[in-house]
Amino acid sequence: MVATITNLTPGGPPVVPDESLTYVVPRTKRIGIGGWLAIGWLVIMMLGIIILPFVLHNPSSAGTLASKGIFKVPGHPLGGDGNGNDMLLELAKGGRNSLIVAVGAVLFGLIFGGSLGLIAGYFRGKLDTGLTSIFNVLLAIPQFVLALSLVSVLAANGVNSQGAPQPATFTRRLVVLVIALGIVSIPILARITRANSLQWSQREFVLAARAQGASNLRIMWREILPNVAPAMFSIALLGIAVAMVAEGGLSILGAGVQGGYSWGNIIATGRGQFQTTPHIVFEPVVCIFLTVLSINYVGDIVRARFDVRESTL
Amino acid sequence: MAGSGTAHLRTSEDALLRVEHLLVEFPVGRTGLKVNAVSDVSLDVLKGETVGLVGESGCGKSTTGKAIMQLPRPKDGVVSFEGKNLVSMHGDELRRTRTRIQMIFQDPISSLNPRRRVEDIIAEGLKIWKIGDDKSRDAKVDEVLDACGFDPAAARGRRPHQFSGGQCQRISIARALVTEPKLIICDEPVSALDVSVQAQILNLLEEMKVRYGLTLIFIAHDLAVVKNVSDRVVVMYLGKVCEVGPPDQLYERPAHPYTAALLAAIPIADPSIRPADRPALGGEIPSPVAPPSGCRFRTRCPRAQDVCAQQEPQIQEIAAGQYVACHFPLAPGETLPIGPIGTNGSAPAD
Amino acid sequence: MSPRKKERADRFADAPLDVPLLEVENISTGFKTPRGVVHAVDGVSFSLERGKTLGIVGESGCGKSVLSRSIMGLLPNNVVRGGSVKFQGHELGAADASEMRAYWGTQMSMVFQDPMTSLNPVMRIGKQITESLRYHLDISKDYANETALTLLQSVGIPEAERRLRDYPHQLSGGMRQRVMIAIALACGPKLLFADEPTTALDVTVQAQILDLLQAQQRERFMAMILVTHDLGVVAGRADDIAVMYAGKIVEKAPARTLFTQMRHPYTEALLKSIPKLNLPSHTRLESIPGRPPDLLNPPKGCKFAARCPYAQERCFQEEPPLEDHGSPGHEFACFYPVGTPEGDEAYARNRAAGVAAAADPTNAGETTPTPTTATVGETT
Repeated sequence: MVATITNLTPGGPPVVPDESLTYVVPRTKRIGIGGWLAIGWLVIMMLGIIILPFVLHNPSSAGTLASKGIFKVPGHPLGGDGNGNDMLLELAKGGRNSLIVAVGAVLFGLIFGGSLGLIAGYFRGKLDTGLTSIFNVLLAIPQFVLALSLVSVLAANGVNSQGAPQPATFTRRLVVLVIALGIVSIPILARITRANSLQWSQREFVLAARAQGASNLRIMWREILPNVAPAMFSIALLGIAVAMVAEGGLSILGAGVQGGYSWGNIIATGRGQFQTTPHIVFEPVVCIFLTVLSINYVGDIVRARFDVRESTL
Repeated sequence: MAGSGTAHLRTSEDALLRVEHLLVEFPVGRTGLKVNAVSDVSLDVLKGETVGLVGESGCGKSTTGKAIMQLPRPKDGVVSFEGKNLVSMHGDELRRTRTRIQMIFQDPISSLNPRRRVEDIIAEGLKIWKIGDDKSRDAKVDEVLDACGFDPAAARGRRPHQFSGGQCQRISIARALVTEPKLIICDEPVSALDVSVQAQILNLLEEMKVRYGLTLIFIAHDLAVVKNVSDRVVVMYLGKVCEVGPPDQLYERPAHPYTAALLAAIPIADPSIRPADRPALGGEIPSPVAPPSGCRFRTRCPRAQDVCAQQEPQIQEIAAGQYVACHFPLAPGETLPIGPIGTNGSAPAD
Repeated sequence: MSPRKKERADRFADAPLDVPLLEVENISTGFKTPRGVVHAVDGVSFSLERGKTLGIVGESGCGKSVLSRSIMGLLPNNVVRGGSVKFQGHELGAADASEMRAYWGTQMSMVFQDPMTSLNPVMRIGKQITESLRYHLDISKDYANETALTLLQSVGIPEAERRLRDYPHQLSGGMRQRVMIAIALACGPKLLFADEPTTALDVTVQAQILDLLQAQQRERFMAMILVTHDLGVVAGRADDIAVMYAGKIVEKAPARTLFTQMRHPYTEALLKSIPKLNLPSHTRLESIPGRPPDLLNPPKGCKFAARCPYAQERCFQEEPPLEDHGSPGHEFACFYPVGTPEGDEAYARNRAAGVAAAADPTNAGETTPTPTTATVGETT
């Protein structure tokens, strides 16, 4: 990390950052308490998602756990939802779907948005103008409405052989959500990637690579992408958080994960009884909060580790 | 200045590179205007020679260097390298031919990819064209690293940020050498470096030139540096050639008023020469979007007459091997008037 | 007159003429970093009188820019500062930013290297000048505008009236630097720091700006500290020249003496490594091998010893003090000075032993001269 010392005392003349005043401060490579807590939460959550559905069971009679709060029923620490299902089990099942949708959507956006942004930033000119206009148009459409429409179109229930409407399968629903939220994230990721590759493409090592006869594809892949990747990575992490919340929003409107659970879906169903049983909403919200926070925290650590200083000058 | 013409091109068969009537334009934003970065420039480089391109910012010297590489392609003109015209080449053929010309850039930090290791940076040219196998590539990388003054074993695994500016510039030189080019275009290779390091790099370039039989185009704004390395110097101003000649003669008896003013403006590390005793050039370089008519230097030139505004001077031989594009060149021994010259008013209006 | 103005007028008005304008004594400046303190300036002393120009020359990282900022009190909070700075006899060493503000502009000001980043891009030129005028001088808006116009004219900006309403990006680099000079001169400072004022400019424009600085300095009887990496820039324009290396002044002398009777090997090496216009082309340059020491852990003894062709055992153990050795005004810090019997003997001994200069151990990955490059670092 390069700490540029700039002193802007009000009223005084500005101090211009100058090479001789720039010192390289070694990056602290320690993970720290916050980092370990974040890693801890992610590990516990992943284990929970995988193991808990096999271990936990809902009580045989729905009544024993219906709308019961935290620590009210022994063996079911997080209480139950309105239908008498164990909240811990619900959260575990929901977490899996939430993560699949969020991570899948961002990967989708990264692959398509990232490539388009890279191309636009590297080639510039008319191609860039065209692609940028498309991104702008996409960004101008309210994100949520776009996702909602995409889900309704893509997940439109097919018609079975008898001509009767057929509900979309659960898997298809997940895929549709991944694609819909992925498409929504394309313009954002593309714009970030474009801005960064625009900057890196003007560096002289790109010119040097061209002088050595490297093809455009090779330059984009070897020279530019590695430098742009950190910025893409940090936006993608934010994207996971946004997608998780967005999926919740879609669930509230009935367009989220159905026939299964997601954290968003639990919030959606629980919101009706928020005054009587707040824990049903509160628990998935805490899960989303902790997960999003941890992902970003870990992301920062990972990025710091892979970051390469430009120079020690 | 402002000269057009090809009188200074040599008829020799030894010309490795011959550039004729090079024209490079850049659009200005979306205004529809065009910058004439390089306007009708011709030059030639003989095998084994170092040609220095010198001038102030905006004179088109770097653009000329890049246009020779077809990065970007010039709008018009001929760039004939080893008898083949690069301008009419396309695709693979151009990419392959271009590896015989390499470039070294000004900013040692910007010209190396910070995420790659030195060995990858240097071997890139070999890998692109699949020259040799891993073993021979490694050997070649070691050879050029060693030639550039590194201990290959220690240097190859490191990343650019672990090196100083001068060392980075030497890595750039190693990278340029690895594909065994015939011509290296050095674009301000030492202007970002401290003087003591600058000397190291200049000496290294001279050594590599002998060792690998190179021909160099050396682009710089520092006249003293250019004189030190060049066999022939081309002085440029606002996209045109002013004067061409062998360095010792050109610096001793500049014929173009701009060359004379440029030489006079250099701060000399000798306190017995008071700067006030030397002529200072007034004004600044005009906008290349709307360059002055006729001779482009006339707005700052103390010798400008009406004819300079109407007619562009053609390059002509003024002494053996020395060529100048000026209507009123300085005679040998003649100097420019002392004091600020060419300020607004002393030059004829458009 | 407000009490604040009164107090200030008292302090600044009776500048005793027998005291130097600026006296710097043993000033040191270090930057605190997680790896330790970087000793950017390490025990520098000099004094400067009104009307005189001091040139400070050195390569990047030698501390020349930090020194001038340190004197002006323009450094951030993570610095460790020591020593004494006396301006007209008043001690400034311990002054904080609010005290220093009274000095900035009216008593001392600075011209920076890059005029584009030192000017506010969204403020008109005129406003940037009048702002400082009105802050320090408490004058009316109209009067400030008039003064700004006069200032722009005096720094040689054509069509000054129109330029007052321009934004910085509408001016060329040379014009921007003229505006910066106008701003620095606005409140009539007694001391002007010019920190690489022409490094970003073309050579013909550089000559104009240096001429302008010199003319203004004479006209206003200011003292000027001209910081640069280019010995040529200060050669004809400074009265005294101080050469800095690794945070210290290694040699300080009147300009003429420095060039004709240099004593420090670094000064000699620096001058020798510059390509000269009057030498024929393809003259082999003498470069300085290795690189400057790490200022986090400066080596013992003379900081230049590892690169010095004169260095002896003693140089690695003991640090030579900066002293005038019998010639007043010419100070240097060297045990084996250039052009003295001791120096010649030391040089001859090194040549005989085959060591041009001690190899630099910090230069990992770089070989000591290989057969083909053996001549790179050596002299003659």
